[in-house]
Amino acid sequence: MTQATATQTFTPTFTKLVSKEGGVEYPLEARYVCEETFSPLEVAYDYEAIRRQVSREKIQAGPNSIWRYKAFLPVATDNVIDVGTGMTPLVKSTRLARRLGLKNLYIKNDAVNMPTLSFKDRVVSVALSRARELGFTTVSCSSTGNLANSTAALAAYAGLDCCVFIPADLEAGKILGTLIYNPTVIAVKGNYDQVNRLCSEIANTYDWGFVNINLRPYYSEGSKTLGFEVAEQLGWKLPDHIVAPLASGSLYTKIYKGFQEFIKVGLVDDKTVRFSGAQAEGCSPIATAFSEGRDFIKPVKPNTIAKSLAIGNPADAVYALDIARKTGGQVESVNDTEIIEGIKLLAETEGIFTETAGGTTIAVLKKLVEARKIDPEETTVVYITGNGLKTQEAVSGYIGEPLTIEPKLESFERALERSRTLERLEWQQVLV
Amino acid sequence: MSVLVLIPPALQKFTNNQAKFECSAGNVNDLISVLEDECPGIKSRLCNESGQIRQFVNFYVNSEDIRFLEGAETALKDGDEVSIVPAVAGG
Repeated sequence: MTQATATQTFTPTFTKLVSKEGGVEYPLEARYVCEETFSPLEVAYDYEAIRRQVSREKIQAGPNSIWRYKAFLPVATDNVIDVGTGMTPLVKSTRLARRLGLKNLYIKNDAVNMPTLSFKDRVVSVALSRARELGFTTVSCSSTGNLANSTAALAAYAGLDCCVFIPADLEAGKILGTLIYNPTVIAVKGNYDQVNRLCSEIANTYDWGFVNINLRPYYSEGSKTLGFEVAEQLGWKLPDHIVAPLASGSLYTKIYKGFQEFIKVGLVDDKTVRFSGAQAEGCSPIATAFSEGRDFIKPVKPNTIAKSLAIGNPADAVYALDIARKTGGQVESVNDTEIIEGIKLLAETEGIFTETAGGTTIAVLKKLVEARKIDPEETTVVYITGNGLKTQEAVSGYIGEPLTIEPKLESFERALERSRTLERLEWQQVLV
Repeated sequence: MSVLVLIPPALQKFTNNQAKFECSAGNVNDLISVLEDECPGIKSRLCNESGQIRQFVNFYVNSEDIRFLEGAETALKDGDEVSIVPAVAGG
């Protein structure tokens, strides 16, 4: 009889943690900061080993989730958390593209990522898989909302204890969407940067796996899958230009790393992809540093409806600035009114309801097109990272209302006529 | 006068593995000098060659980032809490 033990079916490819400044090496533990330079630690891989393990065919035959790219992710066992996260649609835009005057626009739609409707499910799936390998029984995070949703949901799935920290003033949908999984939720009276600082102190004394603190080197690798998937979904080609939101800068830098890794192991042809980033004016330390030609940021106190991007002291800003400059991209910011218009524009043209971060990204895309920073012919991918149902407060009051009628045909006809008249008036105001 | 300094694990080898350190200092710059006197070697981790606080090191005085105060000149008074935190978490 064959023994049903967990037989390892692959060889891990990650080899060590390396500091991004100075190259100091560390073992593959729960640690995130270089003791000599204080700089972040990054997971290093044996790319020859990856090259031997992967091919386009093998990846395509793998799971319909981020785990088809397991050879590029920092997990050591087969026992990964796979609830179908990733492989979200890459939509070829027609109506938004036409509205903006672009011919090859694609939308990477993580508003429908599983299980909690944001890109955070990617990073948390990796972080909690690694947390189990490292022996943690309690997981935690500092979050602007989406990360708390995802950590709580996936901890529930994995049977891990969970304690999440959020700013007390988050959107109701993000708080409820965490509480439902029954973690301990600590609402801190302060902004995200204060929550994050507090969690860094707590992580020093509690033996918990904080996904975006002591597990951050592993966690952040999950965002590479947003690069891998786009390359695969474009037919194993890299795009010409991407536009992504910037909060800590981690997502943006890891999409870049994902593209570079695919080039390195020969899955796609080498090419420079321009990286553009989107921030909200009310929290734009990276966009400001970019426009002022600085390679460091000055922290800000956020004041924007884009709460999921409201990080005034972004950890990966210096690396995001470097990528934007060396790839010939742009970092732009838009105000809250433009963000709301961005949310509505994507909804009305593509049927995708995104949250404020997505509204920011669409509004920056529009701004870049208007400033002729995007060539209409180039293949542009815009990353939509979260779902609008979680930030309803941002748009309520700026959208229509239902036409309430009596249950009579005549009442319906009157309401319809009234709405058509209003629509005609609106059309006269739109310059298309 | 005395201020309480919270030391992150990455620096605790300089403080005999202590997470808290009490000392007297007039401002953050003084504090770094006092720390160096008491825990030799710690300054080179906190500051670069030109003596500026490294970009990946954040100082907070009573929970406020010193970059919103007077930077390294931020004055300290009796009972203040200074927290040193690596700037590479979150997001």
